[in-house]
Amino acid sequence: MARPQSASRAVQALLIVVLLALLGLLVATTRAHLEERGIRSGFDFLFEPAGFSLGESVLPFEAGDTTLRAFVAGLLNTLRVALPGAALALGLGILLGFGRLADNPLVRGLAGVAVNAIRNVPLLLHLLAWYFILTDLLPAADAPLQLAPGVFLSKSGLALPWWGDNGFEIPEPAGFGIDGGASLTPEYLALLFGLTIYGAAYIAETLRGAVLALPAGQRTAALALGLTPRQTFLLVLLPQAWRAALPPTTSQLLNLFKNSSLAVAIGYPDLMAVAGTSLNQSGRAIECLSIVIAVYLLLSLLGAAVSHRLEQRSLRGGPA
Amino acid sequence: MNFSVLRRRFFGDPLNALLSLAVLAAALLWLPPLLRWAVANAQLAPDAAACTALEHGGACWGVVVEKARFILLGRYPDEEAWRPLLAAGLIGAGWLLAAFRHLPGRTLAALLLAPPLVALPLLGGGMAGLAPVPTELWGGLPLTLLLTGAGMAGALPLGIAVAYGRRSQLPVLRALLTAYVELARGIPLVAALFAASFLLPLFFPEGLALDMLWRVLIAIVLFAAAYLSEIIRGGLQAIRPGQLDAAAALGFGYWQTQRWIVLPQVLRAVAPSIANSAIALFKDTTLVTVVSLYELTGSLSLALSGDPEWRPFYLEAWLFIAGVYWVGCGVLGRVSRRLGG
Repeated sequence: MARPQSASRAVQALLIVVLLALLGLLVATTRAHLEERGIRSGFDFLFEPAGFSLGESVLPFEAGDTTLRAFVAGLLNTLRVALPGAALALGLGILLGFGRLADNPLVRGLAGVAVNAIRNVPLLLHLLAWYFILTDLLPAADAPLQLAPGVFLSKSGLALPWWGDNGFEIPEPAGFGIDGGASLTPEYLALLFGLTIYGAAYIAETLRGAVLALPAGQRTAALALGLTPRQTFLLVLLPQAWRAALPPTTSQLLNLFKNSSLAVAIGYPDLMAVAGTSLNQSGRAIECLSIVIAVYLLLSLLGAAVSHRLEQRSLRGGPA
Repeated sequence: MNFSVLRRRFFGDPLNALLSLAVLAAALLWLPPLLRWAVANAQLAPDAAACTALEHGGACWGVVVEKARFILLGRYPDEEAWRPLLAAGLIGAGWLLAAFRHLPGRTLAALLLAPPLVALPLLGGGMAGLAPVPTELWGGLPLTLLLTGAGMAGALPLGIAVAYGRRSQLPVLRALLTAYVELARGIPLVAALFAASFLLPLFFPEGLALDMLWRVLIAIVLFAAAYLSEIIRGGLQAIRPGQLDAAAALGFGYWQTQRWIVLPQVLRAVAPSIANSAIALFKDTTLVTVVSLYELTGSLSLALSGDPEWRPFYLEAWLFIAGVYWVGCGVLGRVSRRLGG
């Protein structure tokens, strides 16, 4: 297997030359195409007016604002759905995972059916179903469903008590709509529900896998010591299983973050959707896509690094 | 199981009893109306007026009957419908045989990887007396199966090559391949599809313009190969050094060792994970609708979005499509378990 050092150097040099030649060819063809279509290149368009508006944005955004601001607004919209989604998916996933491991056969069966039904349907179909339910089946905004005092659900989305211009506001139906508080759009809700439920099913399986992978003697020994099945689960199995569950769970949360790009399909203006719109507006495909790819890559690597740190700490037996 | 065991399991302590009662109450409350909607009050005939008269008190399965041809085959020309049906049948038959029959590894690989490659010319035509059908018209279930099957058939050899490349003695090659794998795994598939849609046409010279299906297939292969290469790399690392020593002692060279000793063991060990990747890809093919290819999910939207008469029964059509994916995932899941997963 070991080749002489010089031969290996020559092969590598050849590899680099071939790659550079390919790259040169690529650049030349791309240049020719761009010139032919009359498209300028460069990142200057980021500082020019975007020329489109966003359906919703945490960062105030108007059509006259720069493209750069649109990208930042898109990224914030991505985080606005991915972070709560990750937290909710983790919570629901742990609950579903406990359900999958429950002693009670009814609970175990129900959780099993739910997890498998959710995982065997593509995420995009989940999103389309939620979007249809939220925009077609719900009553119009002038006759909203009242879920709780001050919480209204209708075709226009979910209205919640929240801090507004007049301090803490409680939404009230007013004429054709609902006034006051915060309102979440159907696009946002569909994406949040879909990501949460789909992610939770996967996290539940991860947790279950980690508990089932423990040596059978752990459970037997705990029961032999006189612990009840529930004590065995909570005090003996779970503290050991969560270390094994940590890496796959963080990778599920990273998947959830990447999956939030499916926002494009239901019209929520996340980073990917902004890049798509901007690409169509400006024609700067290379620039727009390299920004998106760089941001996702950077955040994915950051997430992986954090996960690695957590793993190291849990292996050292640090504070649980 | 006697009565006391049952009682302990369902009502062993207060929490357990509460959970049991809650599940039973929910079932009693929701199952009857659900069954009434799905079965008793349902409308099977493709009659929009009758469906509308139900006012959603019963399911309108008629929408599935009415739109089945379009949802399942997309815009493929009617007179050539036997071709997508045969293509889907071939790929599907391969999956079913792999799921329900005990077969030697090589037959299994041929059954899973060859039909998609046959389906490509079958759908495209332009040879052997078949009328050419442009790829924009391909759609529905055959396209879903084709993207999954051909994607795996392309990604598997590439994944194996990348896994070997990352163990090479050449640091430059290793670094390049590591960068590729991390890049592909760090971005969402939607980004890769956008890149295939907007960037690939810029990269290829004039005479080599590829249509969308091929660009998407390239993106899918490159994306899936990165994940597969990680699975195979894991398998390679798990081979015990004694295996290599034994091969060397028998006089095997490097490639002989890999071909006859290492790779067969690796592929057997990681086969369930590869099947799980196929499930993930099967579900991920839905995303190609964002670049205007109308596979199963896309043709569902296409069939109903422009039709105000049937659009209200989207949920019923959705359940049908979800059922198709559910069966597909179930079959592939069985393949994975059969392979030892």
